[in-house]
Amino acid sequence: MDLSAINPVLLVASLMVAATPLLLAAIGELVVERSGVLNLGVEGMMITGAIAGFAVSVETGSPYVGVLAAAVAGAALSFLFAFLTQFALANQVASGLALTLFGLGLSALMGQGYVGIRPPAMTRLDIPVLSDLPVVGPILFGHDPILYFGLLLTAAVWAFLKFTRGGLILRAVGENHDAAHALGYSVIRVRVLAILFGGACAGVGGAYISLIRVPQWTEGMTAGIGWIALALVVFASWKPWRVLLGAYLFGGINVLQLNLQAAGVAIPVEYLAMSPYLITILVLVIMSADKSGAPASLGRSFHASQ
Amino acid sequence: MTGTLLSIRGLTKAYPGVVANDSVSFDIQEGEVHALLGENGAGKSTLVKMIYGLVKPDSGTMTWRGGEFAPPEPRAARATGVAMVFQHFSLFDALNVAENVALGMENPPSMRDLAAQIRSVSENYGLPLDPDRIVGDLSAGERQRVEIIRCLLQDPKLLIMDEPTSVLTPQEVEILFKTLNKLKSEGTAILYISHKLEEIRTLCDHATILRLGKNVGTCIPSETTARQMAEMMVGDTLHTPTRSAKEEGAPVLRVNDLSLSSANPFGTRLKNISFTVHAGEILGLGGVAGNGQDELLAALSGEAPTEAETITVNDKPVGHFGPNERRELGILAAPEERLGHAAAPDMSLTENALLTGAIREKLMNNGFVDWNATTKFAERIISAFDVRTPGPTSAARSLSGGNLQKFVIGREVLQNPQVLVVNQPTWGVDAAAAASIRQALLDLAAEGAALVVISQDLDELMEIADHFGALNEGRLSEIRPALGLTIDEIGLMMGGADASEGAAA
Repeated sequence: MDLSAINPVLLVASLMVAATPLLLAAIGELVVERSGVLNLGVEGMMITGAIAGFAVSVETGSPYVGVLAAAVAGAALSFLFAFLTQFALANQVASGLALTLFGLGLSALMGQGYVGIRPPAMTRLDIPVLSDLPVVGPILFGHDPILYFGLLLTAAVWAFLKFTRGGLILRAVGENHDAAHALGYSVIRVRVLAILFGGACAGVGGAYISLIRVPQWTEGMTAGIGWIALALVVFASWKPWRVLLGAYLFGGINVLQLNLQAAGVAIPVEYLAMSPYLITILVLVIMSADKSGAPASLGRSFHASQ
Repeated sequence: MTGTLLSIRGLTKAYPGVVANDSVSFDIQEGEVHALLGENGAGKSTLVKMIYGLVKPDSGTMTWRGGEFAPPEPRAARATGVAMVFQHFSLFDALNVAENVALGMENPPSMRDLAAQIRSVSENYGLPLDPDRIVGDLSAGERQRVEIIRCLLQDPKLLIMDEPTSVLTPQEVEILFKTLNKLKSEGTAILYISHKLEEIRTLCDHATILRLGKNVGTCIPSETTARQMAEMMVGDTLHTPTRSAKEEGAPVLRVNDLSLSSANPFGTRLKNISFTVHAGEILGLGGVAGNGQDELLAALSGEAPTEAETITVNDKPVGHFGPNERRELGILAAPEERLGHAAAPDMSLTENALLTGAIREKLMNNGFVDWNATTKFAERIISAFDVRTPGPTSAARSLSGGNLQKFVIGREVLQNPQVLVVNQPTWGVDAAAAASIRQALLDLAAEGAALVVISQDLDELMEIADHFGALNEGRLSEIRPALGLTIDEIGLMMGGADASEGAAA
């Protein structure tokens, strides 16, 4: 066992990378749930985004076009969900589960020709002087653009929900869709837009795994991150900054336990492997004890009956 | 100010199976308070939804100050100057007052300016309100203020109010009427929907009466008696409940110093409640919703068991019994919430009859359901209480609110209870059905049962109750004979003032 092999600076830098897919997917789902829709298809949209981003990057040679394609693919899949739940008034839980299964199958089919290929790399931020600083440089100024995008998106979603009229309307629709309808807001339109946003975020999150974190394509490579994202939104009490905290906590412990495994700590690997899930849920459960409630209309179908 | 503000000609709206409005025509003058009267299902709500742009009429026209008026959505109606206070408040519990107000406005100013505006308008009209409070924590009266202020900030020409007083104490009603009169004097027209006739007589200049979607007449309320208006609404002579004179029987239900925490974290704790109800007596309990009514019903029905001695029936302690043990003893209850509490929405009327009737009507046989007897029991309820339904196999959900209410009250009344506790027995029920439910309760008392009627409709309590008490924050006021109580005294009891203080004031 050699704990000195763990470099704290690299650890922090890599936890940020490990947390980003989770953060992106969870922020998207947070917006969806704030509008009163429960989309359990996050995992399916992520994996679809992962393969779409991967395939397009390989074909075009540009990882940025790939990320864009992943967003479009995630949104397209979520539109299917939006159609089923918002127009056909299908059950949201069942539709979401179906979406996940469909996404897993579809991605496996699309990815058959892409196993074992390396995607084009995304350039990392390289600011002269700043990126070369010790400690601060690799942690703050040495990442890929999507990671920064994730952080900006968290801030943007927070500001949107708190300060803008659009955010107020979104929260109102999630809180009481009948009242929002009576005031003349289009519940369905708000929800469809939120679902599409959530799908795009999940798609980008998936592409981040296949293009940057792992860079390769394997079937089922999202490995349950979508489900963690769903749990994270609940335990974070539907608050963006708590989602960020939870994602970094999860990413941090995940990276740490991998390092500990590599260092040969005398704890069975299985315990180490389950630790990120356990600790993240534990911390967030304690934090969510303040009873900030779920959006009151969460998971309920809306139909303007009169 | 004179002239016609809004003129409605031949508005018709049909839904599958029902014509909600059948060529309704009337005019609203500038600066008048115009009442829209009618029973449940007469089409009042549909009519105002058309004016507010929520529903598109099938045919007919509206003119606003001489110009064509056909709002495609509420936004357009609001831009023209129509504002609406909804019957079931269109508020968002988790948002604060200012955010709720902003959602009802077209171009809200910044939150800070809006908060200042809310403060100034609320002072102007005597409706105190703090813009930063979360709406979920407000009382019903305060919530209504949020709705009214939301409307007032848009400087409306026509304010629509859908049953605004149903959740208010008499004092709050008085404040509301002052506000409305002030608005009227400033030239705002008000379309006032209600079925409380006395209110309409004091407040309104004109009244239009709807029955089954048709305009059946207009009148000047101050020159018409409440009874005449009621008969126009019902289209029939109104049958007022009659009660026979009776002597007070032996005490049946006693509640001794009942204190109980609510099962609901936002509920009200009952504090030291004591009262006695005699055979043949109806005790009416008033009070604004959320002051312990649900909790008291739960304690009396057995949903929330307490210590044995706190509730006794014929001197037998029953406080620790659950609902079924109490049913066996003839203690029955009908809670307020029809769908989900009093009845299981997706189950048939027969099944719902079984749920509370199994014990007293002996509908179970060695653990098996006797469906023949159950169906007969359900049919008996349907015919005795004139429940309009295709038959006992219909789902509870498919009945209109009033019909289901008749069913759930009838189900308990027909089981010959010794003690019957009902909460809001005629809530959302039209005048004729309400009268028949009240008559059934009076008949039951005349046969010697002890009744506790919890209601927010004071007129109803005054009509049927022998004694009256009010719940305030989980405490029960002094119980006083209902006969001769004035509305001021009732208001003070509801507000929690000491009765002797009230008498001195």
